[in-house]
Amino acid sequence: MNLATLLSADLPYWAQSLLRVLGGLVAVLLPAGTVVYLFLFKMMSFMQSRLGPMEAGPQGSMQLFAEVGKWLQKEDIYPARADKFIFKLAPLIVLASTFLLVVVVPFGPDALFTDFETGVFYALAVSSVSVLGILIAGWASANKYSLLGGLRAAGQLIAYELPMVLAVVGVVIQAGTMNLQQIVVAQNAGSMFGFSSLGNPYVITQFVGFIVFMIAVQAELTQTPFDMPIAESELVSGYMTEYSGFRFLIFFIGEFATAGVFSMIASILFLGGWAVPFSWFGWTTIDSIDNWMNIVGPLILFTKMIAVVFFIMWIRFSYPRFREDQLQKFAWKVLIPVSLANIMVTAILKVAL
Amino acid sequence: MFASDVLVAQNIGFALIALIMVYGALRVVTTSNVVHAALWLVVVLAGAAAQYILLAAEFVAITQVLVYIGAVMVLFLFGTMLTRARIGAESDLNNKNWFFGIPVALALFVALAVALDSGFGSQKMPADAAVATTQEISDQIFGPYLLPFWALSFVLLAAVVGAIVLARRD
Repeated sequence: MNLATLLSADLPYWAQSLLRVLGGLVAVLLPAGTVVYLFLFKMMSFMQSRLGPMEAGPQGSMQLFAEVGKWLQKEDIYPARADKFIFKLAPLIVLASTFLLVVVVPFGPDALFTDFETGVFYALAVSSVSVLGILIAGWASANKYSLLGGLRAAGQLIAYELPMVLAVVGVVIQAGTMNLQQIVVAQNAGSMFGFSSLGNPYVITQFVGFIVFMIAVQAELTQTPFDMPIAESELVSGYMTEYSGFRFLIFFIGEFATAGVFSMIASILFLGGWAVPFSWFGWTTIDSIDNWMNIVGPLILFTKMIAVVFFIMWIRFSYPRFREDQLQKFAWKVLIPVSLANIMVTAILKVAL
Repeated sequence: MFASDVLVAQNIGFALIALIMVYGALRVVTTSNVVHAALWLVVVLAGAAAQYILLAAEFVAITQVLVYIGAVMVLFLFGTMLTRARIGAESDLNNKNWFFGIPVALALFVALAVALDSGFGSQKMPADAAVATTQEISDQIFGPYLLPFWALSFVLLAAVVGAIVLARRD
């Protein structure tokens, strides 16, 4: 039986909604946990010639549960002069933006939350909402360091949102659609010079766009070398200074879940998403795909996500941070002109070929 | 007439969102803290996006979120936080000429109501209206509405150039 008919016909509306909420929780928390354990605990330790957590479970794999338990036990404190309501609201806005983002990610031919006509556009729009949470977190903490961190974050996220949007435009022009599912199909049903066993992943034709997109993602996630907003050595963690206990945990989950979800979107836009090239199994359209892809597809997407996060984290652990003015100059004077040129070349080639 | 025509899900959704928007708009002008006022304005703008979705205009709704919540309000908050955003109530937020705002708001409301009424009259939106695709919207913009689109682009370009001229020190 087809998963779509199972979800649409046989189940009442509340059961479908419940399934979607559970699926959303899994799609946000599983990447976050994987990223934190694999990269923040183990890969970082390996690069620094130490073992990392080893006590909780085999190879320290249960360390995450210990950490979450520790954060949840801590006292819920806030500064005396803080704006309490907004102080509590801010982490929730950041996490809500992540949950809104995962809604448009397709995991398989039928394994998706919603088949959204303007998927890419929606993803870019809701990802910009998290800036609001970060900004008011810095303000409501009643702390100069936090306010400075919040302001730096807002300036940086606005500056790097533009090249990100512009880098995606190249993909949209080439695929001729903003629907993420259609972009996956266009890449895997396509061919390069009549050679179709690799499909046509846009990382090859849109290589400039891919590089700009990944740099912008690195900056949007405020990972080193773009971690001016939370620079420990000068701003004592910026907008997160006053947060502790489970509110800090929400920021932390939000940060790494967003890293996972952005990597999924990057693999959908540039690396072919959940699918394998259609010519391998003689598929032609999305309707002719076998049903087992609904199980294998999410695993393929998850593997690609881990590969993309690996590069983000590799750069994070390798480079020192930019200075604030270098960071702004790099966005406005390098990335935006490059991505505009990429759009023009793509559009000309699209019309000419 | 009433039960079947008025009490449909769209109207109930519209009423709920409109109530939230009106309350948010009132709080924008009555709250005694600049940042709180800006956040209430976010509620109003998000409500407008929700109304667009209710009207099956996805693209406009997403643009509303991207432009107004993601960019305009962030810049607004950025500006107030750089200059004068204190925590707690401020007493000097109200200008003594605030009551001139009431006739202006009423005049604007009447003008918009008359324009909408003469433009659409008693036309009804079909209950199962299809979502306008991005392709249809772009065909409209780059077809019959090309000239207004260009004119707006030039206005924005002039604003950008003006901002740079004002901001440059030399």
